[in-house]
Amino acid sequence: MIFAGVSCAILVTMVLAIARAIKGPTVYDRLLAVNMFGTKTALLLAVIAFLFGRADFLDLALAYALINLVGVLAVLEFFQNRIDANGDASGD
Amino acid sequence: MIEGLHLFVDIVSWILLIIGSICVLIGGIGVLRMPDFYSRLHAASLTDTMATLALLSGMILQAGFSLAAAKLFAIMLFLLLTGPTATYALANSALLSGYKPKTDVLEKKVS
Repeated sequence: MIFAGVSCAILVTMVLAIARAIKGPTVYDRLLAVNMFGTKTALLLAVIAFLFGRADFLDLALAYALINLVGVLAVLEFFQNRIDANGDASGD
Repeated sequence: MIEGLHLFVDIVSWILLIIGSICVLIGGIGVLRMPDFYSRLHAASLTDTMATLALLSGMILQAGFSLAAAKLFAIMLFLLLTGPTATYALANSALLSGYKPKTDVLEKKVS
C-alpha cells in the first residue's frame, strides 16, 4: 500500500522534471531535468520491485543508475566542448 | 517480543519511506518553480541525496537480511556516488561557460 503512494510521488516528480525539461530556458536546465528523471527512474524501478514483489527489477534499477551517470557526463562533455569552440557564453 | 520487533521495523521503514516521498515531491516542485538555474540545482540535489537515502533505507528495512537488501545497498551506493558528481559536473560546466548566478533578486525586492 505504502509503495503505491511512494511510486505516485516519484511519478509526479518525474512529470514535473519533464515539464522543466520542456520549459527550461537554458540547455543546463534541460540537462538537470533529464539527469533528475534518470535518477528517479532507478528509484521507481526499485519501488516497483517491492510493489509487485519481483526481485529481478532491482538488477534493472542498478543498470539504470550506472547508465544514467555515463550518459549525463558524456552529454556535459559534448556541450562544454561545443560552447568553448563557439565562444558562446549564453549556454543556450 | 519478535512480533513487537517486526512492528517496530515496519514503522521505522514507513516513516523513512514517507520522508523520502516528501523530499522527492519538494525537489520536483522546486525544480519547476525556482527562479534561477543554480537554485534549481539546489532543489534537484535534495532528491539526489536525501530522498535516495531515505527511500532506499526504508526498502532495505522492508527487505530484511537477504540478497535484495544487498542489491538495494549497491543501488544506494551508486546513486549516492553518482548523483552529487553529476550535479557538480553540471554546475561546473554552467559556470565555466559563463552562466552567472542571479544575486540581485533580494535587493530588487527590498529597494
